Amino acid sequence: MNETLVNMSDADRAEHLRKLIAGEYPDKRGRYGPFGGSYAPETLVTALKRLEQGIHEFLADDELQAELRRELKDWVGRPTALTHARGLSKRWGADVWLKREDLAHTGAHKINNALGQAFLAKKLGAKRVVAETGAGQHGVATAAACARVGIPCTVYMGAVDIERQAPNVDRMYQLGAKVVPVTSGDATLRAAIDEAFRNWVADPAETFYLLGSAVGPHPYPWLVQVLQSVIGTEARAQIIEAVGGLPDIAVACVGGGSNAIGLFHPMLADSGVEMLGIEAGGRGPDLGDNSATLAAGKPGVLHGTYSMLLYDADGQIQETHSVSAGLDYPGVGPEHALLKTIGRVTYQSITDDVALDALRECCAFEGILPAIESSHALAGAREWAKENPGKRILIGLSGRGDKDMPTLSKHMSFRDAAE
Amino acid sequence: MQLHQKISAALNMATTAGRVGLVPFITAGYPVKDEFIKVLSEICKDGDVVEVGVPFSDPMADGITIQRSSHSAIEQGVTLNWIIEQLAASDIDTPIVLMSYLNPLLAYGYEALAADAAKAGVCGFIVPDLPWEESEHLRAALDTQGLGLVQLVTPATPEDRLEMLCKVSQGFVYAVTVTGVTGGGHSMPPEVVDYLDVVKHHASIPVCAGFGVREPSQVAMLGKHADGVIVGSALLEKIESGEDAAAFLHGLQG
Repeated sequence: MNETLVNMSDADRAEHLRKLIAGEYPDKRGRYGPFGGSYAPETLVTALKRLEQGIHEFLADDELQAELRRELKDWVGRPTALTHARGLSKRWGADVWLKREDLAHTGAHKINNALGQAFLAKKLGAKRVVAETGAGQHGVATAAACARVGIPCTVYMGAVDIERQAPNVDRMYQLGAKVVPVTSGDATLRAAIDEAFRNWVADPAETFYLLGSAVGPHPYPWLVQVLQSVIGTEARAQIIEAVGGLPDIAVACVGGGSNAIGLFHPMLADSGVEMLGIEAGGRGPDLGDNSATLAAGKPGVLHGTYSMLLYDADGQIQETHSVSAGLDYPGVGPEHALLKTIGRVTYQSITDDVALDALRECCAFEGILPAIESSHALAGAREWAKENPGKRILIGLSGRGDKDMPTLSKHMSFRDAAE
Repeated sequence: MQLHQKISAALNMATTAGRVGLVPFITAGYPVKDEFIKVLSEICKDGDVVEVGVPFSDPMADGITIQRSSHSAIEQGVTLNWIIEQLAASDIDTPIVLMSYLNPLLAYGYEALAADAAKAGVCGFIVPDLPWEESEHLRAALDTQGLGLVQLVTPATPEDRLEMLCKVSQGFVYAVTVTGVTGGGHSMPPEVVDYLDVVKHHASIPVCAGFGVREPSQVAMLGKHADGVIVGSALLEKIESGEDAAAFLHGLQG
């Protein structure tokens, strides 16, 4: 498989992109070229087929879609603003625009997916929702969406993440969700997904698994892309309205890749728009020190999908590191794996320190506290701007940084002590 | 005889002898890496077929016991390479089925895996995160050596799919008794009997019932509707508490 990927011809790459744009991917087997598929335990095979059928009915249900659009407007607060970043533009020598998912209800893009899937769960007659969460943003969004549509919800969260995202745990409780700490495995997002799957396996008929990123077995990567594409669709129209043209580049951070796919997917056909995905470079390039799956990974299977993955010579999934819980994941969505393979999107990584520096710059010169995840995109865009002066840059500001205060206080005090 | 037919033959022999076939499962190298072959030899005394678990970092279809044993084995440096080397150097002649999640098999390389496993006395594979629709590449490699790919069916599997899986399974049909992960509670749902009868009706190879099997009474009950039982988490719990594994297995058959 590796050789096939390396030897892919230009014509093959163009054909994969055409199929992606034309909606021919995922194909009937849930694949994006070689990536994707559905590597799920037999107990879930029927539930996943039922989910896929349910998505088609959900998307074709005009009344329900109209209701979802109303809720996105009146309850989530969409469309979110597109902000001209005057301070950053001046400092970077570029024309910088921020797509403000931090302004969406609950503080990040996660709500777009959570609300859509909660609607779907209701339509499918699910009795309860389970979800995993890393940074806690998906957990909070799921808790809020479930409260809004009226369905009980349980959120699995790694014990390590519970500690570093404490404010979000309290928010989930206040919103009526049950939060279950996961101590198995690495006690972060990956272990939380394992545990959510186990819970779903125990009751596939009445439980709806509300997966938070563009990963997992088919049809999840597709469902999440469809629900998050509101980001790119809005941003594209807003920037055209603001300046009469498209950006030279769109930049987003990538963990599992849901906000990035939401920003990128609606602009894949705009061949003049370059795209840059920024992964978490953590402490550095060594295995275990980062979560830069696309930069350092190889094709493998985790959580039901064949995609790029960080694992050792024996096939064991590697522990990852990032200062941002939301990017701390050893896999990535299969559509991103294809976009990298065909060269439509470039993926780079940004280390913890550089991301935190970009966060401070955004606070100081824009009056916006971005999430540490989103700060990776800011830092990546800043580096790109150095090489490409005077360009128009669209950055997906995926969430706000309020939830990161415990981490920021810790890092700031380290820094102050060093100075 | 193809390697996977050795599995079926061993279970058929138990049936002919009027016994319930016994398929004990252990995680390789648990609790002590160096005692892998010793523990395996012990359980082979009563096992008609033995299932050897390859530890994986993210065993999403397994309950806490197998999560714990997998984690411990990985910590001790147990790898698929090592397991195959150990099996190849042993003189075990009970048919062996390797249970592994897909990624360790991918990392090993399917062709090399099939060749090495066949030489080491492995007769088949169980891959809990590989549904039939995704199994083409692995099957192609296993077929070259006559190695079987055991299919799992569950109470959530619709009957037309269950019929298809019974037809294509090799070695035996793995009938999961509960909707859930391995190592579940002490009671079997009453409808398990009807479900096993349906599986048995569609299968032309032996049917083994697994997940949550702990007591002799369960073995006796399941044995009336299946050709064999798989005992994993309960056995691992005996082994880790230092009890006599062979005596436990022997006791299960009543």
